[in-house]
Amino acid sequence: MAMITADPKDVPHVEHFAFTPENLVKAQGWISHYPAGRQASAVIAVLDLAQRQQGWLPRVAMDAVAKLLDMAPIRVYEIATFYTMFQLKPRGKYLLQVCTTTPCWLRGSEAVMKACQHAADGETFSVQEVECLGGCVNAPVVQINDDFYEDLDETSINKVLDAFRRGETPKPGPQVNRQTSAPIGGATTLRSE
Amino acid sequence: MLSDKDRIFTNLYGFHDWRLAGARARGAWDNTKAILDKGPDGIIDEMKKSGLRGRGGAGFPTGLKWSFMPKEVKDRPHYLIVNADESEPGTCKDRDILRHDPHLFIEGCLVAGFAMRANAGYIYVRGEFYNEAQNLIEAVREAYEAGLLGKNACGSGWDFDLYVHRGAGAYICGEETALLESLEGKKGMPRLKPPFPAGSGLYGCPSTVNNVESIAVAPTILRRGAAWFAGIGRPNNTGTKLFCISGHVNKPCNVEEEMGIPLHELIDRHAGGVRGGWDNLLAVIPGGASVPLLPKSICDTVLMDFDSLRDQKSGLGTAAVIVMDKSTDVVKAIARLSYFYKHESCGQCTPCREGTGWMWRVMERMVTGNARLEEIDALEDVTKQVEGHTICALGDAAAWPIQGLIRHFRPEMERRIRARTEKLAAE
Repeated sequence: MAMITADPKDVPHVEHFAFTPENLVKAQGWISHYPAGRQASAVIAVLDLAQRQQGWLPRVAMDAVAKLLDMAPIRVYEIATFYTMFQLKPRGKYLLQVCTTTPCWLRGSEAVMKACQHAADGETFSVQEVECLGGCVNAPVVQINDDFYEDLDETSINKVLDAFRRGETPKPGPQVNRQTSAPIGGATTLRSE
Repeated sequence: MLSDKDRIFTNLYGFHDWRLAGARARGAWDNTKAILDKGPDGIIDEMKKSGLRGRGGAGFPTGLKWSFMPKEVKDRPHYLIVNADESEPGTCKDRDILRHDPHLFIEGCLVAGFAMRANAGYIYVRGEFYNEAQNLIEAVREAYEAGLLGKNACGSGWDFDLYVHRGAGAYICGEETALLESLEGKKGMPRLKPPFPAGSGLYGCPSTVNNVESIAVAPTILRRGAAWFAGIGRPNNTGTKLFCISGHVNKPCNVEEEMGIPLHELIDRHAGGVRGGWDNLLAVIPGGASVPLLPKSICDTVLMDFDSLRDQKSGLGTAAVIVMDKSTDVVKAIARLSYFYKHESCGQCTPCREGTGWMWRVMERMVTGNARLEEIDALEDVTKQVEGHTICALGDAAAWPIQGLIRHFRPEMERRIRARTEKLAAE
């Protein structure tokens, strides 16, 4: 059972958190998707907004979410510790989420993981082992912030990481010559058009 | 082999425009009003005749599921919920629908929502699929703008609102009642059934949860007719299916094929064959991590559908084919799945919370042979005590891969234990 926790000594003290006006508008947009009185349904979306604004989720941000959604703070803490995408301590500029579940492992995720661990300095890169990312026919997969980098090996992940170090954003998706989930060398179907 | 004219997902790989204009050119949203004019009962009847079985893993007949919703809307609104929390290891088919053919899917949401008399639908997309969700959100916006969703959707007189809801990383939210809990803003912990969602689901209202693929194929079935869909595949296992072929094949890929295609043909024709040739095959997990693996001897002849795989004590699941060649440490491959279930157990039921951790720890010892022979039986016994004794099927899903390993690879597990014992004795 996964329970997301952070050692208190890794968690810097944050005194204050307030949503930016733009994020408040976005939050209201999410809340409007649910029937009146069901605003708690927006908790994941609003926590995500807070995390994107702050870079991670200090307790004051969770409290701000609880206040906005009229929820008991403990209910928000529960959510933030249950779902693995919430970060309870600061992380590097790029979060490397390396999938090591069986389909990725069969295709060499161990070497990719090693390269990512080697790069992780806590400032530019943080690394996290994650469970199946849902890109199995493009294994091994690493999610870097919002993007999937696919069909990786030790050489190509290092190329991707080097590009980030230079301040570039390498092209997400397959790092070999193929179109998304189609077989390498061209699709075997849907060629009649 | 299925011909291209019978393929539903004509933009599976994203070679073409995924937006409204491109989708319309491929036939999506073509006279949807005519489909809705059949009425809810007409639609459900046609879906039943098509033989479509749910594409999320369990294979429950989709038309029948829709028919469980109350026939009239009383004090509580009805909801359509779509499960796009695709997280079953090996599975990545819904991802392609969301990012490359979102309109086909959104049209399906309208049709399904209308058939179950729902005025609102929620699509629960796994949080990691950020870019896929962005495409979907944009496609929903386009559909509203074109009058295909919202008030008087498609000129049908029916109002239908559709919302995209992102998750945040929890496999368990793919379980339908955990998904409902999560949608309500709670931890994704499954609910006891009954009550079933059709009676009391989201916010205590009648709800039906369907997989993305089940919903996305509906408009094409209704346009081309149940007989067309039912004519593909085998009886009780009809239609086309998206297969995900991963692992030790030369060309891993997603592909839409006929239900009941032989596994050997599927791998050879579309995935470039097993690495090192068919004779280099060790085993295949045919339907995502939760189903028991099959050794090569069964893979030689087995057909890829619900009933054929059930007869081999495995399952079609999500049709995620994970291929392992002879270089694979098969015990380690399954141990990694045991770790997955330990990580993803929600912790609510004791047999699962404690059992998944226990099974994983024993599996790790089995990898190195650091066990006694009788512990294989103990492990199997524990899998049977977890299976069927939990609120949801995650406990079962954790048990089955281990049972499959013991069923087909017991000699390999015993060999490791003996080898280690002999090595220790020699030292």
